[in-house]
Amino acid sequence: MNIHEYQAKELFEKFGVPSPNGMVASTAEEAEAAAKAIGGNDLVIKAQVHAGGRGKGTFKNGFKGGVHFPKTPAEAGELAGQMLGQTLVTHQTGEAGRLVSKVMIAESADITRELYLAILLDRESSQPVIVVSTEGGMDIEAVAEETPEKIVRQFVHPLAGLQPFEVRKLAKALELEGAQAKQFSKLIKNLYKLFISCDCDMVEINPLVVTPTGDVLALDAKFGFDDNALYRHPEIVAMRDTSEEDPREVEASTFDLNYIGLDGNIACLVNGAGLAMATMDIIKHCGGDPANFLDVGGGATKEQVAAAFKIILSDPKVEGILVNIFGGIMQCDIIAEGILAAAAELEITIPLVVRLEGTNVKEGRELIANSDLAVIPADNLNDAAEKIVAAVNG
Amino acid sequence: MAILVDENTKVLVQGITGGFGGKHAQLSLDYGTQIVAGVTPGKGGQTFGTSTPIYDTVSDAAEQSGATVSAIFVPPPFAADAILEAVDAGMDLVIAITEGIPVADMMRVKAAMAGSNTRLIGPNCPGVVTPGTGKDSHGGCRIGIAPGYIHKRGNVGVVSRSGTLTYEAVYQLTELGYGQSTCVGIGGDPINGTSHLDVLKMFNDDDETEAIIMIGEIGGNAEAEAARWAAENCKKPIAGFIAGATAPPGRRMGHAGAIVGGEEDTAEAKKKILAECGIAVSETPSNMGRTLVDMLKK
Repeated sequence: MNIHEYQAKELFEKFGVPSPNGMVASTAEEAEAAAKAIGGNDLVIKAQVHAGGRGKGTFKNGFKGGVHFPKTPAEAGELAGQMLGQTLVTHQTGEAGRLVSKVMIAESADITRELYLAILLDRESSQPVIVVSTEGGMDIEAVAEETPEKIVRQFVHPLAGLQPFEVRKLAKALELEGAQAKQFSKLIKNLYKLFISCDCDMVEINPLVVTPTGDVLALDAKFGFDDNALYRHPEIVAMRDTSEEDPREVEASTFDLNYIGLDGNIACLVNGAGLAMATMDIIKHCGGDPANFLDVGGGATKEQVAAAFKIILSDPKVEGILVNIFGGIMQCDIIAEGILAAAAELEITIPLVVRLEGTNVKEGRELIANSDLAVIPADNLNDAAEKIVAAVNG
Repeated sequence: MAILVDENTKVLVQGITGGFGGKHAQLSLDYGTQIVAGVTPGKGGQTFGTSTPIYDTVSDAAEQSGATVSAIFVPPPFAADAILEAVDAGMDLVIAITEGIPVADMMRVKAAMAGSNTRLIGPNCPGVVTPGTGKDSHGGCRIGIAPGYIHKRGNVGVVSRSGTLTYEAVYQLTELGYGQSTCVGIGGDPINGTSHLDVLKMFNDDDETEAIIMIGEIGGNAEAEAARWAAENCKKPIAGFIAGATAPPGRRMGHAGAIVGGEEDTAEAKKKILAECGIAVSETPSNMGRTLVDMLKK
């Protein structure tokens, strides 16, 4: 799950991670008032969308740039008026762009140094790792590629927690001394606390800046949260902005289905994440193009299967459906009942290939065979993939 | 003699009174597996099915029943506690089926298990099956959620993150007439107890295992680590498959651990490393069994 920049700032404030003064606004009037409240004439106003590349983006109304530097509150209000309610297209949004319904106004910090700071979960060592670099403000992957020695990693023992010596090592690696090191020390301790308390799997601050007055501030942040832990963080779930997500994925998530929309024309409905990925792979291998990843999970009900069908059929690009079930937890007869329930409600006019194997396979196959649904049965995975690709590509 | 479990293994089930745990405990009993006890706090003294006693704690259950292996079916918020309770009770092997455990919980569990003699498999895994010699492989040890009837006792070891891809490989092998020594699902989470490499080492040392199928997916470097070890140390032929060639980068493909971060953890990169390490890589998931059999016939 992702959150907006202004929400990240709210989390920073709650946990005591210093960042420039800022406020969020939904109207031009609010933006002007916010700029007045923040004060000064070095301000920045940023469109709030989840995608990156905002500064270089263009609005569909022709207005250029999702990031601007107003000198007065009136100018801030004017700029907000140009951005709010408009669709911003950046290199990460695709052609459709994202609707901007909020802007953030903040102090534009003067910058002496730009650093990089992130906390991640390292799967290989099963520990949190803090990553720092003196080369902030740019693409960290490029830094890792070109000057790997400028990236320093510090692992943290999950039971002992962040130790003072680890903080000292990190401050030294960032060439921070005296009062700056002290500020950094407080910042990293609070950031680590935030990372653990909110079940993040990633917090990235790029850049972490040092100002001419020697303050250390988080200028921009990216958060990732562990979906498995969201049940214990209603305050994080409340930050979810479904307008930033693919509507099909939002719909799927309300039924606890794992759905990811792709660009192809062959939809698939599969149980198990591994098999769902492999089914997409084999469709491609046979010359087709998968329209989605869809794992209905192990304990899916008839209703969930029917909902899954509706979601894949709502995609106008879909010209054929492959159902591939190898029942372990999942019972084939439940899948069959779901398909029949969906077919009773929606008219399925495109080719439907069904491959069932595993628990209750006999009952499942009988249910389908005894219905009047035009199903192309398949004997195995390869047969299924070849049949759907042939049916769609003609 | 297979790895990890066999027909003599005594198993207890944590979460046996839940719908999911109960259903699969019964399927295991039907398969001929020695499910000797269940554990549900507050339900000690009751009985599961016809004769399986239920205990309040794992240590009571283990002491009374002689179980050395625990299967965990408890819901995600309580699963970390359940694993550590099984470790505390001195189980040899803990198999965590539960899907959806917070990663931070697993991080702490793994750190807390350092130095213990308990092996953890999973979480978010289909479990372990050592097939029996009866009809439809009846009489073996089935722990977890795999369909028992697709197995056949034999000499191929199977290791995979994914449940359904394990079934796919097992089914293909059985159809081709090749049985399995043990099938191990290590789970799809980013942090798990047992890695591909751990299982390869066990298969390598097991007299009954003559060949291996290793199935992986995008995300992390566990498959590459196992392949590099195998190139130097594994005496037995290995066929492999990596799922996720068509997965878009940066998206979590169902499994919490299945995400392409950088170039190294794509399906293509992993397949290349496997092939360089002498593993026969199956181009499609429907050809895993055939790829191994072709290798054996050479």
